[in-house]
Amino acid sequence: MAVVLLRAPLSQRAGNTSDHDLPGSTVGEVLRELERRHPPIVGWILDEQGRVRPHVNVFVNGERTGEGSAVEPSDVLHVLPSISGG
Amino acid sequence: MTELLVGTKKGLFVLRGDPQAGEPFEIATRAFPGDVVEFAMRDPRTGRYFAGHTSGFYGPRLMYTDDPTGEWIQAEGPSFPEGGDVSLERIWMIRPGEADGLLYAGVAPAALFTSTNDGESWSLNEALWKEHQAGDWQPGAGGLALHSICPWPGDPQRLAVGVSAAGVWITEDGGQTWRTGYAGLVPEYMPEEAREDTNALCVHNMHRAPTRPERLFMQFHGNVYRSDDEGSSWQEIKAGLPSGFGFPLVIDPSDADSAYVIPLIADIDRVTPDARVRVFETRDAGSTWAAHGDGLPSNEAYLTVLRQAFGSTGQGPDMQLYFGATSGDVFGSPDAGSSWFHVHERLAPVTSVRVA
Repeated sequence: MAVVLLRAPLSQRAGNTSDHDLPGSTVGEVLRELERRHPPIVGWILDEQGRVRPHVNVFVNGERTGEGSAVEPSDVLHVLPSISGG
Repeated sequence: MTELLVGTKKGLFVLRGDPQAGEPFEIATRAFPGDVVEFAMRDPRTGRYFAGHTSGFYGPRLMYTDDPTGEWIQAEGPSFPEGGDVSLERIWMIRPGEADGLLYAGVAPAALFTSTNDGESWSLNEALWKEHQAGDWQPGAGGLALHSICPWPGDPQRLAVGVSAAGVWITEDGGQTWRTGYAGLVPEYMPEEAREDTNALCVHNMHRAPTRPERLFMQFHGNVYRSDDEGSSWQEIKAGLPSGFGFPLVIDPSDADSAYVIPLIADIDRVTPDARVRVFETRDAGSTWAAHGDGLPSNEAYLTVLRQAFGSTGQGPDMQLYFGATSGDVFGSPDAGSSWFHVHERLAPVTSVRVA
């Protein structure tokens, strides 16, 4: 399973846990599984259409990607606020 | 004690004070720090507080609580149906309806959401959304927003909403069908030959007079109007104001002839006219306007007061009025506008003011 790493405030909404082992073959699938396991995070990373929010960055193994990008079981996903929001 | 909910570009400030006892307002709490709180209110029927706020990173959401100094709970919605291409951008207005548990939320992109369980979950009004999609609605400068919601006292079937910039929409069957209320609205920002058929009608604010519900007042983009036929048609009432442009509007709920506005110079210069801050009041349905500035900045004052940044509580001569500006100042009046005082200064730019 891929590892998703979160920082506050996202980690607070995901059971106060920053590391999550999650199944899924795309970034979108992995993040939807995160939402399924932790409903308080619904709408924070993905909008209601399943798109990564414009001012959130998802990196897979250090490379910035989108919701449709492929994910391998050994991948590490970082979810970070972009420098453009806020 | 009066409690103010002041939404700002950097969080919700809950201010408490007693103006009639001379006790100054102090900050009881600051919620959602760093986020834009576009609107906050308290449902007087249940005491429940609501706030629509947007993280610059993590998007918009609606929260509720029974104690604004404690934990807030995220509501289920409002959100658009999955499988489309539309996402919620902002919550502009939350308003109690005329049935137990009924609330409305107006959002951007312009749509109406309804809750029947005291705001815990929300559903899209499909009929108005179909009108939106079929009508080629266009945004104003602040986006395409449904920002004004006017229930009909005692009748949950009847409702009027204001959209920037798609005019007035009226339902008499609980939101199953909608009709427009466009007659008399003059979009002076359009070429004259294009005005008659346009739906680009930039409503800035709209309120219904509860004691005479067929009457509504409207702050428009460059004009002020009154309707005496449920919002179907409108008469211009800006004569006597320094400008027809502005955003907020408040009424005295006990007086169907009353309205308060805070004019700005014009759309190309959105600050208070003559470098001073004044609130204008009518008590004759817009035939005449009286300026109130006692206690407000009277020189070198270039303030901008946004659409939802004017609220009130009570009625008649003791009605309290409060408004905030993008300068971070909040002002109040304990006597229906006759005199004013500085509630607070140096907050973040104020987006909304409501009395809890």
